[in-house]
Amino acid sequence: MTSQTPSHILKPLRHNRYLGLMLGVLVLLICLLFSITLGARAIPLQTILESFTTFDNSYDHLVVQTLRMPRSLMAVTVGAALAVSGALMQGLTRNPLAETGILGIEAGGALAVVATLFLFGSSSLTVYAAVAFLGAAIAAVTVYGLGSLGRGGATPLNLTLAGAAMTAFISSITTAILIVSQRTLEEIRFWLAGSLAGRDFDLFFQVLPFTVIGLLLAFVLGKQITTLSLGEDIAKGLGQRTVWIKGLTALSVVLLAGSSVAIAGPIGFVGLVVPHTVRFFIKTDYRWILPYSAVLGATLLLVSDIASRVLLKPQELPVGVMTALVGAPAFVYLAKSKVKR
Amino acid sequence: MKDGLLVRWRSLSERESPLLSWRVAPRLPSMVLVLALLGFAAFLVNVQQGEYPISIPDILKTLLGFDTGNPDHAFVIYTLRLPRTLVAFMVGVALAISGTIFQGLTRNVLADPSIIGINAGASLTAVAVIVLFPAAPIYVLPVAAFLGALLIAVLIYSLAWNRGSSPTLLILLGIGLSAIAGAFTSLMITFGSIYDVSQALVWLAGSVYGRTWEQVFALLPWVGLGIPTALVLSRHLNVLNLGDEIAKGLGSRVEWQRGLLVLVAVALAGASVATAGNIAFVGLIAPHAGRQLIGVNHQNLLPVAALLGGLLVTLADLVGRTVFAPIELPCGVITAVLGAPFFLYLLIYGRSR
Repeated sequence: MTSQTPSHILKPLRHNRYLGLMLGVLVLLICLLFSITLGARAIPLQTILESFTTFDNSYDHLVVQTLRMPRSLMAVTVGAALAVSGALMQGLTRNPLAETGILGIEAGGALAVVATLFLFGSSSLTVYAAVAFLGAAIAAVTVYGLGSLGRGGATPLNLTLAGAAMTAFISSITTAILIVSQRTLEEIRFWLAGSLAGRDFDLFFQVLPFTVIGLLLAFVLGKQITTLSLGEDIAKGLGQRTVWIKGLTALSVVLLAGSSVAIAGPIGFVGLVVPHTVRFFIKTDYRWILPYSAVLGATLLLVSDIASRVLLKPQELPVGVMTALVGAPAFVYLAKSKVKR
Repeated sequence: MKDGLLVRWRSLSERESPLLSWRVAPRLPSMVLVLALLGFAAFLVNVQQGEYPISIPDILKTLLGFDTGNPDHAFVIYTLRLPRTLVAFMVGVALAISGTIFQGLTRNVLADPSIIGINAGASLTAVAVIVLFPAAPIYVLPVAAFLGALLIAVLIYSLAWNRGSSPTLLILLGIGLSAIAGAFTSLMITFGSIYDVSQALVWLAGSVYGRTWEQVFALLPWVGLGIPTALVLSRHLNVLNLGDEIAKGLGSRVEWQRGLLVLVAVALAGASVATAGNIAFVGLIAPHAGRQLIGVNHQNLLPVAALLGGLLVTLADLVGRTVFAPIELPCGVITAVLGAPFFLYLLIYGRSR
């Protein structure tokens, strides 16, 4: 990719990646404060800070500590998880269009949750989380396996088409369940659109460890993925045990994608837009692409969530719709410019 | 002719190319006859089955206007089952022709109106009408769905235009645009009242449930115009299928003919989505099965694929109605469950060209 941005602005960032990352974290923190401030009732910064230092059970303090803070943290976690899983998949499959939504992984998680709710009624949160992981993992393995069986191996076109077919297949079964059982539909339709509103915080804290493990695993693998993204033959030639690295990367992807589906439902395109934006600054080094993606993904989802709350007050948009509206045009652009024909 | 009969309607001047030129495979007439008979059989069984079974002789008698001595028969057949079955068959025919055209144009056996986003666009506008204007009369729905399908097709076509409308790009762009349309559709679903939403969901999954003569007559003009136009244009489809360079070399006005064919395919897909929702993968399965039966010449393939499509949707409706009775699954779910694995099979083995 040739970056068109003025080089004199980007140069210091390229030379000092720590500085860039710090800057990103700073922006993220500012967005986090905004996210806590804004809402049906604007809460001044002073009160927010006081709720941390001298918590006094007042209404504002409760809102900050039990509603806005957890929701914002969810946005940060899910955004980081989605962006890193997208970056990992793009490196692993050498496919610029790889992303959890497009490859049907989120649809798999969603079907698993809907089917569990339909078959066994409301179950414990742990079961939902486990089932979402399982569904995401099965979908990921199936799509990658089927896509790589196509002519020319796991090319972007094969994987994207396999993902689209699996998504169609899976979501038609999901639809069938929702038609047969209106109760399931009533309980789950807001979740299916991908949203951070009214999420269960207990579920979030149960899933959080998996997300953290997935992120750490990804960061540790950064160097190996850089090598792998040069091509499997080159990586093998450099002495890498590619099977292991691929397996661990896939594990990290499933942990990240599964946990984000369990927390927030299917939220598409964050994993597509963010890594490509990061590559404007950092071309190939996954040791840096992954943390940058995490920070930028968290910021993007946080901003999308703020927008989804503020744009149509008092109505709230599902954040998955916001990200799709930003991300799908980006997909169209990438398909036009990046896929070799 | 060694490989078949050449039928021509000559235009007045010998120098002009004939208006219609038909290379008929020797197997085509018998194939069409067999498929038509099978279609009619499926049609009869679909009318026969249900909570109130009617014997086939009674159906035939009622259809031919004789009295069976039971007034219920006429009501059940004419009001409930006949329009529904007719809609299923016509929608299948329309989707199969649409799929055959898109596959021929994109030179990719995976291109299906439901994959390249045409159906998603139609669904979006129709759901918007259902949710935003619940009181809107039923005939608004088809028009809205058609406009949505057309919009997506125009977008795909114009986005792919500047590089000579590359076949692969069309498919990827279709997937991207489907996602955009899908996001807006989820938006509608999130905000509708639960009654409207569950109605919209049945429709979205592709169903011929409760279709009446009103829908039959709304669909009829599209199918009636679309099928002959597609058959006339099938000759150009053969040439375009060879690739742009060869087609241009053979003197085809590529962009024009492609535009015309896309318009026919979109009209057929949009009208069927308007009538029965998103019945996926029919436009994928029917042309492929047709190729196995009759070969790749589109002049023979179009009629065979069309009949196969009609047969397929009628059978899918029959299965959806009877297998899990009294719960009725939409036929779109049945075709998707069949079609998606088939799509993957084609992805793995089928793209040998």
